[in-house]
Amino acid sequence: MSRVTLSVSDLRKTIKRKEIIKGLNFELREGEVFGFLGPNGAGKTTTIRMLVGLIKPTSGSIRICGYDVKSDFTKAMKYMGCIVENPELYPFLSGYENLLHFARMLPGANEGRIQDVINLVGLQARIDDKVKTYSLGMRQRLGIAQALLNKPKVLILDEPTNGLDPAGIREMRQFIRALAEKEGLSVLVSSHLLSEIQLLCDRVAIISKGEIIQVDTVHNLLNTQEKIIWKLEPLEKGKRILRGLTEVTETEDGYLITPFQERDAGRWNQELTKQGVLVMEMNRKLPALEELFLELTGGGGGGIG
Amino acid sequence: MANLIQNEMMKLLARKRLLVIGIIIAVLVLLFTYAQYKQVEEQREKLGTTDWRAALQQQIIDIQNRLGSSRMSDDWREQLQITLKQQQYYLDHNINPTEPGAPSFMRMFVENSSDLFIPLLVMIIASDLVSSEHSLGSIKLLLTRPVKRWKILLSKYITLLLAISMIIAMVGLLSYILSGIVFGYKGMNAPIITGFTISEGNLDTSEVRLVEQWKFLLMDFGLVCFVAVVVGTLAFMLSVLIRSTAAGMGVMLAALISGAILSNMVSSWESAKYLFMVNLKLTNYLNGVAPPIEGMTLFSSLSVLLFWWAAALVVSFVIFTKEDVY
Repeated sequence: MSRVTLSVSDLRKTIKRKEIIKGLNFELREGEVFGFLGPNGAGKTTTIRMLVGLIKPTSGSIRICGYDVKSDFTKAMKYMGCIVENPELYPFLSGYENLLHFARMLPGANEGRIQDVINLVGLQARIDDKVKTYSLGMRQRLGIAQALLNKPKVLILDEPTNGLDPAGIREMRQFIRALAEKEGLSVLVSSHLLSEIQLLCDRVAIISKGEIIQVDTVHNLLNTQEKIIWKLEPLEKGKRILRGLTEVTETEDGYLITPFQERDAGRWNQELTKQGVLVMEMNRKLPALEELFLELTGGGGGGIG
Repeated sequence: MANLIQNEMMKLLARKRLLVIGIIIAVLVLLFTYAQYKQVEEQREKLGTTDWRAALQQQIIDIQNRLGSSRMSDDWREQLQITLKQQQYYLDHNINPTEPGAPSFMRMFVENSSDLFIPLLVMIIASDLVSSEHSLGSIKLLLTRPVKRWKILLSKYITLLLAISMIIAMVGLLSYILSGIVFGYKGMNAPIITGFTISEGNLDTSEVRLVEQWKFLLMDFGLVCFVAVVVGTLAFMLSVLIRSTAAGMGVMLAALISGAILSNMVSSWESAKYLFMVNLKLTNYLNGVAPPIEGMTLFSSLSVLLFWWAAALVVSFVIFTKEDVY
C-alpha cells in the first residue's frame, strides 16, 4: 500500500458550544484523488479550513506528511497546496506578480518554478495581464498554479469546478487526474455533486452534519447505489417478468426501478424482449445525493439538504 | 522577512495609494499657499506697508479690542490673553513670528495638519492593510503558506511604518517646494521662540529661548511622526479587528473628529486627557498654546499615546495569530 500523506484523527470543532465537526477520521494516500462529498452545510468547508490551518481544531490532530498542522505549522504547510473556495488572488496585480508574491513566501520556489507552473496550467499568453481581466476559468487555473508552486505532496481543492462551464469542468477534471497519476500527488476534492465525485475520485468520504457516514471506493459505493429506470410496454407484464429476476419498485408516473448490475442488465433486457415486452427506455441512473444519504443513514435522515 | 515586506510594498504600490496621497497633499498645499498669499496681500493693503512689526502691532490691538468686549467666556479670554502676551514678547524682542518663506509655511502646514490631516492620510493606508485581505479573500492564501502568522502581520506593520515615513516626507517636501515658488526659500535659520509653558492659565516665560527654524522643524516633524505612528497603529488594529475596511475607517474617523471637537469642550472633564484623540496636537506644546485640559504636558501626552500604541500593537498581534479565518 502506498504512503499516507494526510491523516486526520478524531478531528472536532465546537463553535459557540455547538459541535460542528464531530470526530472525523480519514487518510489520504499517495497518488489518489479523494472525494469529500456532502450537502451544503455538512461541514466540508470547515473541515478543509482546519486542514489548511485557517481554523484551529477544538481537538484532534491533522498530519501532513508526518508533520502536525498545529505544532509544526510551517513544515506541514511546505507539503501542502490549497485553494479554499474560489481562488481569490489579487485583482490589481498581474498573474505573474501574484505568483511571484506567493513564491516569495515559499522556500525554494524560484523564477524557474514560476515558469514551470505557468506552463503547466497553460497561462503563458495572459500571465502579464492584470488578474481582474481574467475569466473565471483563468483565475481557477492561476489558483492551481499558485497551489503547485511549492511542489506539494497534498493538494486540497474546495469545490474546484464551482462556476466553471462544462468544458472547463472537463479540463479541470483531466488536469487533477493527471496530477495524481503522473506526479503522485494526493488530491482532496470537496463537492456537493455526486456525478463529479464519481468521475474524478478514487475514494470518497460521505459527510453529513459533521460526521463521516461512510468511506469507500467510488466503485463500491456506486455499485450498491446505482439504479436502472425502465419504461416498459405493457407495464404489468414487464413488471411481472422483472419481479422474477430482481427487486423492482414502481414510481407513480409508470416507471420501474431496479438495482443496476452490470452483468445482468443486458440479460434482463433480452428476457423482456423475448417475451414480447417493448423496452421504451432503459436508463442507468445515479441516486440523487439526498436519496444516497437517506439510504446510507437508514432512511431516517429527514431534512438533509 | 525582507521577502514579505517586498510583497506588501508591491501590493501597496500596485494600488497607487501613495500616489493618491501625494496628489491630495499637493492640492492642499497649493490651496493653503494661495490662502496665505491672499492673507499677506490683504494685510499689505490694510496697513499700506509690508512691515511685519506694524502687522503684529495691529494684531495685538485687534486682540485687545476683542478682550474689551464683555460677552466672552473665561476660557476664551484666558487663551486670548496668553496669545497677546506671546505676541507682545515677539514684538519686544524683535522676532518676526510669521517670517514669510517656505520653511515658515512648511512649519505652519505641518503643525496644522498634525491632528487631523496627516492621521487621515495614514488611515488611508492603515485601515485596509489587513481588512482588504479579508474582503478580497486572499487572506486564505496568505495564511496557508509555510510562514508563521506573526511574521505576516509584522511585515504588514513594517510596511505601514515605511508608508508613514513616506507620507510625512511627502508633506515636508511638497509643502516646502510648492510654497517656495511663491514665498521664496529663505528663512531656514530664522530664530523661532519656544519654551512657553502654561501653568494654571498663566504664561510661564522663564524657559523661553530662541531656536533656529530648522531645529524647530525637526522637533515638529519628530512629534508629527510619533502621532502618525500612533494613529496608524490604532487604525491597523481596527483593520485586524473589523473585517470591513469601511467600518474600520468610519470608527477611526469618528474618533479623530471627536478628538477635534472634544479638544474645544472638555476643559472641565479631566479624565478625558487619557483619550488618545485629545493628545494629538503635540506641536502646540512647542508653541506654547494652552492644552485642551488643564495639567496636560508634553510628557503626559507622549505617555498616553505610547500606552495606546503599545496596547493596539499587542491586541493586533494576539488577535491575528489566534483567530479562526472563515
